[in-house]
Amino acid sequence: MASNDLAVAAEKPAAERGMDAEEQARLRARQRERIGRWLMPLLIMGAALILWDRICVWNEIPPYILPRPWLVLTTLWADAAILLPALLVTLKITFLSLLLAVTGGVGLAVLFAQSRWVEMSLFPFAIILQVTPIVAIFPLINIYVDNQTAKLLLCAWIVAFFPILSNTTLGLNSVDRNLLDYFKLNGASRWQTLWHLRLPASMPYFLGGLKIAGGLALIGAVVAEFVAGAAGQESGLASRIIEAGYRLKIPRLFAALLLISLTGILIFITLSAISHLILRRWHESAIERER
Amino acid sequence: MTASALTQLALRHIGKRFASGVAALDDVNLAICQGDFLSLLGPSGCGKSTALRIIAGLSAPTSGQLDWQGGEIQRGDIGFVFQEPTLLPWASVHDNVWMPLRLRGVSRQEAAGEIADALERVHLTGFEKAVPRELSGGMKMRVSIARALVTRPKMLLMDEPFAALDEITRFRLNADLLDLWRDRGFTAIFVTHSVFESVFLSNRIAVMAARPGRIFREMTVDAPYPRDDMYRTSPHYAEICREVSATLGAAMGEDMSVGVQ
Repeated sequence: MASNDLAVAAEKPAAERGMDAEEQARLRARQRERIGRWLMPLLIMGAALILWDRICVWNEIPPYILPRPWLVLTTLWADAAILLPALLVTLKITFLSLLLAVTGGVGLAVLFAQSRWVEMSLFPFAIILQVTPIVAIFPLINIYVDNQTAKLLLCAWIVAFFPILSNTTLGLNSVDRNLLDYFKLNGASRWQTLWHLRLPASMPYFLGGLKIAGGLALIGAVVAEFVAGAAGQESGLASRIIEAGYRLKIPRLFAALLLISLTGILIFITLSAISHLILRRWHESAIERER
Repeated sequence: MTASALTQLALRHIGKRFASGVAALDDVNLAICQGDFLSLLGPSGCGKSTALRIIAGLSAPTSGQLDWQGGEIQRGDIGFVFQEPTLLPWASVHDNVWMPLRLRGVSRQEAAGEIADALERVHLTGFEKAVPRELSGGMKMRVSIARALVTRPKMLLMDEPFAALDEITRFRLNADLLDLWRDRGFTAIFVTHSVFESVFLSNRIAVMAARPGRIFREMTVDAPYPRDDMYRTSPHYAEICREVSATLGAAMGEDMSVGVQ
């Protein structure tokens, strides 16, 4: 019996041995929380889907008004040949514009950080671009820009770049004064100060902006296409949605909507993971607190 | 200060007036000799940190001048330790200590020996890969000191570096700092508002007064080095503390000659 207990004790992980009851309870609570974080949203989501399905059945709603969830999924499968190429187009616009937003936003922010005068002179223009609804500017872009892809890119870029610019600018200017003095004391050049101090210090701010911009780039790509209208085989999910609406193919509309949502979620998760990987060792936002 | 000591730096009629009109320093004259451990002691607002920043070249005096004997100082000749550890939070201990050398174009390999030596001096060997948040307050301050020493500065400026630490840690760092000072032979200028700390560490104390910031009196601490915990409890130490305390009291316009505490 005694040897059995010993064997059990030896199997336990080292951290668990020699713990008092309170500490063990805390550990169990944390494990429960870790599982619950995934389980609870999934359960609620499942319940919502079942409710959706039941509402359709109970009220005898025809599929061209509100399709049942299962029909949406089968339509997604059946229409994959139409929807997936469209998804690729939308993804291309989204990522290209996000890339341009990062380049443009960070580039401008670095420029702003070099000189207060540049910042004071140019920042108002950035704000004007941000606050004017993209739908209102689009007719102009439609006239001035010929290429469909360039049109969409420009739109998505205008929407996505501002959070990156404003966050990175804030970050570059939020460096500890003493550290700036320290770099000055060591004769650091402007470039060295930027590379070794300002850019790393602005990382949490930039990554926060990137998370917002990722979602906005997708919104920008979809909205731009809505306004631009379909253009041959280069059409994305937004065109498919409009088309499906006109032809009363509501299940396909829902399937396209589902794809856009999933894409948005995926972008958010990816950017959050990148942010966590970069900040996990040093920034308060990414450090798990000991309890 | 011994008569034969070489003057390394002379502050001549240094004045500093901020844009707000506040006179931070007024006609400060001070000679700093090679190998001195000089404390600037005074109440808050007496301009001790301003004086240190002027010596470091981080701030320009409104009037007067700094005379460096033996030519202009080069970058890396002055080490600076701030009141806060002021480390790069994203960089490891190793990379933090490497930074001043890196800024001068010294590669990781070339710097390896000097970094290892500096970390060993502050008893942080084995913590190279840790990031600042994983260290205690005292250890962070040790990294800050190692970083200041890695360029082998001729002068080390410290702005109340141990003020935020608990007493046990502070005593240990005081002792370690004295060891380093004796081994490396740099000149130390130490800003503090603690009478006991200044008497333990320095061979000279400049007591400063406020409004406007000025040097009230220069004092010499004639106790020999090495100093250890025995010195801290010796009657001689207590006597000097009493004297310095009274001077500080006078500088602040109060009579503190009765009772050191």
